[in-house]
Parts: sequence; structure tokens; C-alpha cells
Amino acid sequence: MVMGDLVVEVDVAVVGGGPGGYSAAFRCAELGLEAVVVDATARLGGACLFEGCIPSKALLHVAAVLDAAERAKEFGVDFGAPRVALEPLRRWKTERVVGKLARGLASVAKAKGVEVVAGRAVFEGSRELRVEGETPQKIRFKHAILATGAAPSPLPGLERAGDRVLDSTAALALADVPGRLLVVGGGYIGLELGQVYAALGSAVTLVEMLDGLLPGVDRDLVQPLARRAEKQFASILLGTRVVALSEAGGAVEAQLSSGETLVVDRVLVAVGRRPQSAGLGLETTRAAVDARGVVAVDERCRTADPYVFAVGDVTGEPMLAHRAMRQGKVAAEVIAGRPSAFDNAAVPAVVFTDPEVAWCGLTEAEAAREGRAVTIARFPWAASGRAATLGRADGLTKLVADPESGRVLGVGLVGPGAGELVAEAALAVEAALTVEDLAATIHAHPTLSETLMEAAETLLRRA
Amino acid sequence: MTRTFALPDLGEGLTEAEIVRVLVAEGDVVAEDAPLLEVETDKATVEIPSPMSGRVATIHVHPGDTVRVGAALVTFEDAGAPSTAPRAGDAPPPRPAPPPAAVRSAAAPAPPAAGPVPATPATRRLARELGVDLRAVRGSGPGGRVTDDDVRASAGAPAAAPPRTLAAPEHPAVARPLATVGAAPAPLPRFEQWGPVERQPLSHLRRTIAERMTLAATLIPHVTHLDRADVTDLDALIQRSLEAGRARGVTLTLTSFLLKAAALALGEHPRFNASLDPAAGELIVKRYCHLGVAVATERGLIVPVLRDVDRKPLLEVQRELTALAARVREGKATLEDLHGGCFTITNLGALGGTGAIPIINYPEVAILGVARARLEPVVRDGRIEPRMLLPLTLTFDHRVADGADGARFAAAIVRRLEAPEQLLLGW
Repeated sequence: MVMGDLVVEVDVAVVGGGPGGYSAAFRCAELGLEAVVVDATARLGGACLFEGCIPSKALLHVAAVLDAAERAKEFGVDFGAPRVALEPLRRWKTERVVGKLARGLASVAKAKGVEVVAGRAVFEGSRELRVEGETPQKIRFKHAILATGAAPSPLPGLERAGDRVLDSTAALALADVPGRLLVVGGGYIGLELGQVYAALGSAVTLVEMLDGLLPGVDRDLVQPLARRAEKQFASILLGTRVVALSEAGGAVEAQLSSGETLVVDRVLVAVGRRPQSAGLGLETTRAAVDARGVVAVDERCRTADPYVFAVGDVTGEPMLAHRAMRQGKVAAEVIAGRPSAFDNAAVPAVVFTDPEVAWCGLTEAEAAREGRAVTIARFPWAASGRAATLGRADGLTKLVADPESGRVLGVGLVGPGAGELVAEAALAVEAALTVEDLAATIHAHPTLSETLMEAAETLLRRA
Repeated sequence: MTRTFALPDLGEGLTEAEIVRVLVAEGDVVAEDAPLLEVETDKATVEIPSPMSGRVATIHVHPGDTVRVGAALVTFEDAGAPSTAPRAGDAPPPRPAPPPAAVRSAAAPAPPAAGPVPATPATRRLARELGVDLRAVRGSGPGGRVTDDDVRASAGAPAAAPPRTLAAPEHPAVARPLATVGAAPAPLPRFEQWGPVERQPLSHLRRTIAERMTLAATLIPHVTHLDRADVTDLDALIQRSLEAGRARGVTLTLTSFLLKAAALALGEHPRFNASLDPAAGELIVKRYCHLGVAVATERGLIVPVLRDVDRKPLLEVQRELTALAARVREGKATLEDLHGGCFTITNLGALGGTGAIPIINYPEVAILGVARARLEPVVRDGRIEPRMLLPLTLTFDHRVADGADGARFAAAIVRRLEAPEQLLLGW
């Protein structure tokens, strides 16, 4: 790096230190390219580590422990009523989980020679960016990788509703456990955080605009989760919108499209995330940004500007950390002249609720929408020995295959541990394995993974 | 229901096509199998029929566009069943599509209906490395999975498809350069300094010919053997048979005799009915005999292929040849007509000349060039006689065969042309 008048010259400037950004920077370093990461928080990890995937999963683990203790009564073990102390819980989440991982990332960056620059990056053309912050500087780059992620969308029309209205970031900070919590949005964030707060003792009401939870996901996968959530939550109101929110006397009044008025202590708004592409000076580059803020990229993660690449949530759906990480590596490899492409057939999606819902590849709903002929096998976990020993028979494993070739095109799972099981499914779809390949592979007994083999065998018997 | 129709796999090696004409308009209701578009591929102009009935909602291409296999051509509304009717047995009952997830901020563009090409990530990387379009490769693995071997085979000989260097910001230029083999050509001078020039873009066919000829000429050590066949008897036979042939709807030509003679000679010298696999160090000998015939058209050189020439009687070969040549000249050849040749004959006799040395039609091993037959003084039994002599040039791949092999193979062709009644009998 050449310093002089605070103009820094690098091979690759990575804007944003989340999973997409740090994966890209690390891969650049491995390929011999000098890379710096510009991040407003001056640390690596992004929304995923500090206000998303990791802290929510830590809290969901706590919810699962509470739930397991409760369920233990079924087989004669009674721990008594749990007492939750918020301060130690917050400390554990922030220091032992998030803090430890953040220190790990920082040390990897150091070992690989990736510098993290604190500040806000603003593009000044296709070869240079300005860093605003404590030490303003300019970075001249041969290539830039935009990885600025996404932020929670506010409720349309209700952007300024006060401190008692939380987004997912605020909810994960766990300021308190409200007696009554209204969750707006029945997507994965609303359901995950709704279950966390329900387990910690809140009476949760969930409102979803559409007529089902997890819109877009196959209904048979959602059903076991919906049934469980109905028991955990005070109520679930489908086909309902929040039309007005007002704070009054330490509570929030929510007016619903049904005409009903709810009085709650806090409101969590989880109505999706939108790309963060505004205010970055992208208009000084040739990168194309659409009306929703999505930066258009091709298979090699190139924007319309030959010097600017983009990865992760800022490039649109599916907004998932693991997609961003793969894209980050692809962008770095393409910049290094390697024949890399983000051409993955399977981007696994996991909803870390109880039960977990996971899928990858072609879903049944997509096949129906595209009019594509598929064969489908469902294996209910009621027939799984392992599920019985866990006291959880509410799961389902579903295989979507091509009727002609027998190739596995997609897999859907619901049940405890579905998020881990989807790994095998993703491998099968990505490597274009056939149903026969799955059926003929030995799966350890008794495990939940056997359900994939069983579903495959069901299809083979039918053929 | 909306369905998008993508450019289908057009057959071996063909990865893209140029849109010549769009035969429907947005809003048209078309029936299954009705002509949708006319495209020009490497070799032919083909009509693409509609795979389904429905209303044309969007046409994604314009005449002059070059589109790759798998690219969207036309989107249908109220689409009926596609012509490749899927097995209904296990298909789920159609469900109403769920409403768009309004809580999500953005929806990714829908992938092409065809879905991803079945291949492992490592195989897909190899394909990119070798510059192979996976959509154009037929998979030999279970469930049609494309394997590493399939990709390598599709890439041809290692030297044939040099890995394209994927320099970082690789944006498609407006005019595409020809693929280069071996050393990069030296830069051209600025011709404008000597006078006005005009730059004409190459047609799709011209570009294909240029690339394939460069490939063959660069890759294959060519050797040419010259010979002449005494076709006095053959010429007389053809003249005698013209009337009788016409009565049967067939016009006998020299080319069908050449085809038949070459097919029988190839059976005797299978080394010339082969392709070299340098990567494997193997000669791939073909147990079939499909022969290409070079046809000059207004658009350029096209080589249609006659199937199983060794097994068909001469009259049948002649009938197929006449029909095939007509299809090619009218630009109506099907892709089936243009693929799978083992050996090529190029007959320039109609245009005069005393001989031409052709370039091998890669990946074949040999090509037979034929010039105009002329009456010449020939010494026979101590006397000078006027005889009709046909100049032949057999060009072949010296990696596969040596000069003596070529001489023997050429002699086998000459021997048959000089005993034409045997050709009629198929001997």
C-alpha cells in the first residue's frame, strides 16, 4: 500500500465488512491481491454477526433449551419453572458468542493481511472512493467489490412510530421482555424472534398481511411450524395489516385492517429487508441500480461498471449470508482472472424456528408455477425411529425429482435439525445426483438423515 | 399460465444462432408447431416451431441478434401443454401460485425454465476453463449429468479450444473478434492511410467457416496426394443412363458415383473413416459411413451429410443427394442434415480449374477434392487415345496416415470410378 496525502492505492477495495465483504477480501488475499475493507463499524462481521444470523440463533438456542426443559416433564423430569436473568443472557450472547466470533474474524484478517478501514465509503468514479470518518482518505482501486448488504424495511407509512417500535436489530439487543409483543410480518424474521420472545415469556401476537405464514414456502412444510406457533403465540392474525400505530402511556396502540385495536408493550416490525445502495456515490460509476435499490450483477458478480463488482444482499434476493459468501469468493476469483461463476443450482434456505424449515433447489410451488412436471415423495417423520426418540414426530422430508432423469431437483424439510439436514440435500442438487444415488447411499441409523433416503426409496418404488 | 420458450439445444456443437426473422408478433395466438422464428446456425437456416399453443406475450429477440442455447426467445401467456408432454402420473395437481411475498423487498429474476445444467460445480468450472457452453453438451452421466469427460470431449483436442483467459473486466465488445488458435495474429496496418476502406461485419456463417478453417489448418498437418481417374466409361454410363434415370425421376451425376466410390474405399481403409483423439492418444474409427458434400450457396460453403452411403444403392444415394442439395440451396436444411459426417467430398468440377487442394473438414481425417474431367491424350496399348480424366486431390491428416496409405486409399477410389458398373451394383 502506498501512502501519500492520504491516498491509498490497492488492488481491491471491498465496501462493507459483512459475510460477502470479508469472504471476498480473504479470497483476494489468498490469491495475492491486496485488499482493504471499508466498513462504517470498523469491524468484520456485518449484520449477520452483530444483528442477524448469529445473535438470533444464540437466542433461539436459549428458547430451545427452555422448551426442552418444559417437554422433559413428558418423560418424568421436572426442572421446575425456569428463571431467566436478562443481564447474563445478554452478556453471554454479546461477549461469548458474537464477541468471540468477531475477534476470530479480526485475527483472520490480520493473518491474511487484510486491512479494515473505518468509515463510510462513497464512490468518486469507477477507480476511486472517498472514505468519510475519523480519518478521511481516498482509496484508488483497480477493482471494487460492493458488499453493503441490506437493512430492515420500515413499515410503509409508519416509519416514525417511536422507541417502542423495534426492528430486528433492536429486538436482538434484548432491552427487556415485554409482557405483550406485537410482531408485524410472518416471514422468517418475525417467526424466529416471535418464538424467542414467546419462550422468554412475552404474550406474542403475530400479524401477517398475506393468508399464510412464510409466504412463498411450500404449505406442507409450513404447516407443522404454523401449528406449533399457534400454541406458543397468543394469536396469529393472517390476512391482516397494521394501519396505524400510536404510543400512549407506556404502551402502543395498533389499529388493524380488521378494525380491531390491539394494545401492546412493544411492536417488532419484520416486513423484509431492502438493499443498502443509496448514498454510496454509485451514480458516479456505471453500476446499474433499480428502483428497489438492487444493484444488477451478472453470473460473475460484475456490475455494468467493469471495475465494480457487487455481492450479497445489495444484489437482491435471496438475501442470505451464505449466498453472499459464495458470491464474495466468486468476485475475488474473477478479479484474479480465474474462471469462476456464481452458477449454483441450490442456495439452501433455513428458517431457524421450532420446528426448523429448510429447503433448497426447486420447490413444489415453483414447479407448479413454472408448469414443470416433477415427481414428489413425502416421508413423514412419524415413521422415523430417530424422530420418535426425540419425541418429535411432526417433521416431513420432501423430495422433488425430475420424472425423466430421476435427478434430485429440490428438497424441502421441516422438523428439528432440518437446517443441518439440508446440507446433504444441497449437495445432491448441486452435484445433480439422482434419486437412486440418494437411496443407495448408506445413512446412519437411527438418524433423521435416513428420511432423505426413505423418501428417495419411495420414489424408486413408484418408478 | 406464462411460459418462456428458450432456444433449444440445436444439436452437437451448436451453441448459438442468429435470429434471421421473427414470424409472429406480440399478441398473436399461435398453435403448437406453428413456425415462430427463423434462425441461422453455424450451418443452416432453420425454422423453429412453437413448442406449445398460446398467446405470444413477449418476444425477447430481434432479427440480427445472436442468441445462445438456453436464452429466452418468446414468452407465452395462456400457454397450453408443451409438445414434449411430461408424464402426468406423478405430477402434483396444479396449485394457484401464491401471491408475491410483499414482505420481501425484491424478487430475483426468474431463472430460465430449463433450470441449471446438471453437472457438479467442479465440472462447471472445467467447462468455463475450456470455454465450453455446458448447455450445448449432452451429459453421459446418470440422469443426464454432464461429466468432466463430456466437457473435455466437447472441447475437442486440447489445442483446438485454448482456454479463454478470463481477464477480469471482460465485457462483450460490440463486434466480436474471431476465436484465435495458436499465435495471435499480428496487428493490421491502418489501411486508411492508403485509401478509403469499408468495414463489413462477418455473417454468422462466414465467421463459422473462418473459425473452423483456421482451426483445421492450424491444428492438422495436411498432406495432399494427387491422382487422376479415367472416367471415360463412367461418363459414357452416365450419358447412357440419363434418359432411363429421368423416367424414374432421378438425374444421375458424377457426385453420387464419387460418394459411392469413396464409401466403398473407406470400408477398405477404415483409417480414413476416423477422428483423432490426441488427448486420449486414440484413433476413433467410425463403424458408420456418413459422407459430407460441400455445397456452394449464396451465403457461403455448407456441407450437408448423407447417411450410410456404404449401405445404400447408388440410385438411392443420388435421390437423397438431389433432395439434400436442394434443401441446402433453399436454406431449408435441418440440423440433422448437417451433422455427423465422416469424410467430405468437394466437387468443383462445374467451376473449372485443373485441381484444388482443400482443407480438411475438422475433425475428419480426409477430404477429396475433385476438379473438372477433361478429354486428354492417353497412351493405351501403345496408341494414343482420347480419354476422359478426372483430377482428384486427396488431402489427409498426416498424424493419422502416411503418404503410402493415402496413395492406396486414393487408388481404391480411382479403381472404383474406373469400374462404374460395379458401383451401380454396390461392389
